[in-house]
Amino acid sequence: MNPYEIRKLFPILDQEVNDQPLVYLDSAATSQKPSAVIQSIEDYYRGYNSNVHRGVHTLGTKATDAYEGAREKARKFINASLMEEVIFTRGTTTSLNIVAKSYGGANLSEGDEIVISYMEHHSNIIPWQQIAKQTGAVLKYVPLQLDGTISIDDVKATITDATKIVSIMHVSNVLGVINPVKEIAQIAHSHGAIMVVDGAQSTPHLKVDVQDLDCDFFAFSGHKMVGPTGIGVLYGKKEHLEKMEPVEFGGEMIDFVGLYESTWKELPWKFEGGTPIIAGAIGLGAAIDFLTEIGLDNIEAHEHHLAAYALEKMAEIEGLMIYGPLDPMKRAGVITFNIADVHPHDLATVLDMDGIAIRAGHHCAQPLMKWLDVSATARASFYLYNTEEDIDKLVQGLVKTKEYFSNVL
Amino acid sequence: MSFNNLDTLYRQVIMDHYKKPRNKGVLEDGNLTIDMNNPTCGDRIRLTMKVEDQKVVDAKFEGEGCSISMSSASMMTQAIKGKDIETAVKLSKTFSEMIQGNEYDDTLDLGDIEALQGVSKFPARIKCATLAWKAMEKGLKE
Repeated sequence: MNPYEIRKLFPILDQEVNDQPLVYLDSAATSQKPSAVIQSIEDYYRGYNSNVHRGVHTLGTKATDAYEGAREKARKFINASLMEEVIFTRGTTTSLNIVAKSYGGANLSEGDEIVISYMEHHSNIIPWQQIAKQTGAVLKYVPLQLDGTISIDDVKATITDATKIVSIMHVSNVLGVINPVKEIAQIAHSHGAIMVVDGAQSTPHLKVDVQDLDCDFFAFSGHKMVGPTGIGVLYGKKEHLEKMEPVEFGGEMIDFVGLYESTWKELPWKFEGGTPIIAGAIGLGAAIDFLTEIGLDNIEAHEHHLAAYALEKMAEIEGLMIYGPLDPMKRAGVITFNIADVHPHDLATVLDMDGIAIRAGHHCAQPLMKWLDVSATARASFYLYNTEEDIDKLVQGLVKTKEYFSNVL
Repeated sequence: MSFNNLDTLYRQVIMDHYKKPRNKGVLEDGNLTIDMNNPTCGDRIRLTMKVEDQKVVDAKFEGEGCSISMSSASMMTQAIKGKDIETAVKLSKTFSEMIQGNEYDDTLDLGDIEALQGVSKFPARIKCATLAWKAMEKGLKE
């Protein structure tokens, strides 16, 4: 895999920011889009824009085929066994909210436990807080090890027979750690609980197989995996989805509508109320084709390589603190750090002047920030289009920033 | 790297306030406490003020944040001490115009605060500069 060749397929990367060539190191927030994805959306709007699942005209059929074709691509991408198990949503946040509201609302009662971890993104915390308040369930947190990883012993100690739902992120958007969700699912199941996986940060970077993980639900977003914003997937085992009530009601999701009662369409459509995100799904399908052609194994190897390279180079900078495990094999291409005496916002502004885009802030993980005992951190995240050269520029920028602030402070 | 651009942001007086914040802490005898944070970035401030007879007698702040937000808080407390509420609010409005790069009333003596003018060239950082001022306005409106 040659990242220099891949870069050429992403038109946005060929530009200058603040008179410097753009170095985009914020893919964990959102990834850039290749021409093929942009083109697929344009083709739909220019050539066959039409509503799906209704009407008999030719464009309608074309649009429906493309929309359902994208579902089939998503199914294969995560190796779900049935297309009924693949629901298009607005993204990971919406997917997790559906599980909390619909499954949680129906299956939780007072004293039941929901187990999450300290490293979760807000989207995998707040839906559970809310449903816990409504049902009287108790929200419990798996603690973290000193290096930010989750230990199986802690998981075993936290999950009990009262646990009904376990929901853990596959890859951390802050620490970059890859969590043992398959083992956690086994523990959850042995206590009769279901396993929910937040896959927002894993699907872009490593091969996901929901059957192998044996998770009950799996959520991910298109925009972090070279697809458009506003589209994501909720995978759920059919046995659960069949029993669940939809959370949105209206057009598209109905079977028969009476004056006082209605019935729902079959899976997966009963969860897709309203005109669906057609262009988004088609764009996601193109993104899946793009990633599949390059190969998730190649992408994962490239990111491990970049993480190893960056960890080594960044460790040489005095006063730079890296959060999370230092073993590159234990993490995806996300490095969160701070430089002594330089606030991450100041750091991000100085790097931006050099055309380098990184993230600064709490990364939608305030409980984790509290655990790390910091109010904010800087984060550089890598993807298939990043190169060693990008990391060299980052490191040079960091050294310069340190110098600049030691002069002005 | 274009350090010249950065120098318009990180003026010496700003860095001085960042390094040696004035009025840092909590007023023991304050009668107004305002907590405010910037949810998008994690900056937070607790502003305590002592207001008597429509006048800000004393003000202190504590919090966490970048050089811009913390220096702005330091300058703000310095500027409003001893001012009546009306003047303090007027200062805040003037500051808000200045920081957004709009025309502002230059008859008011902004003192050190004028150093923050460069922030207007960095739109992503305007929210950092306005946090403490928003807290002050919220407190005085109550």
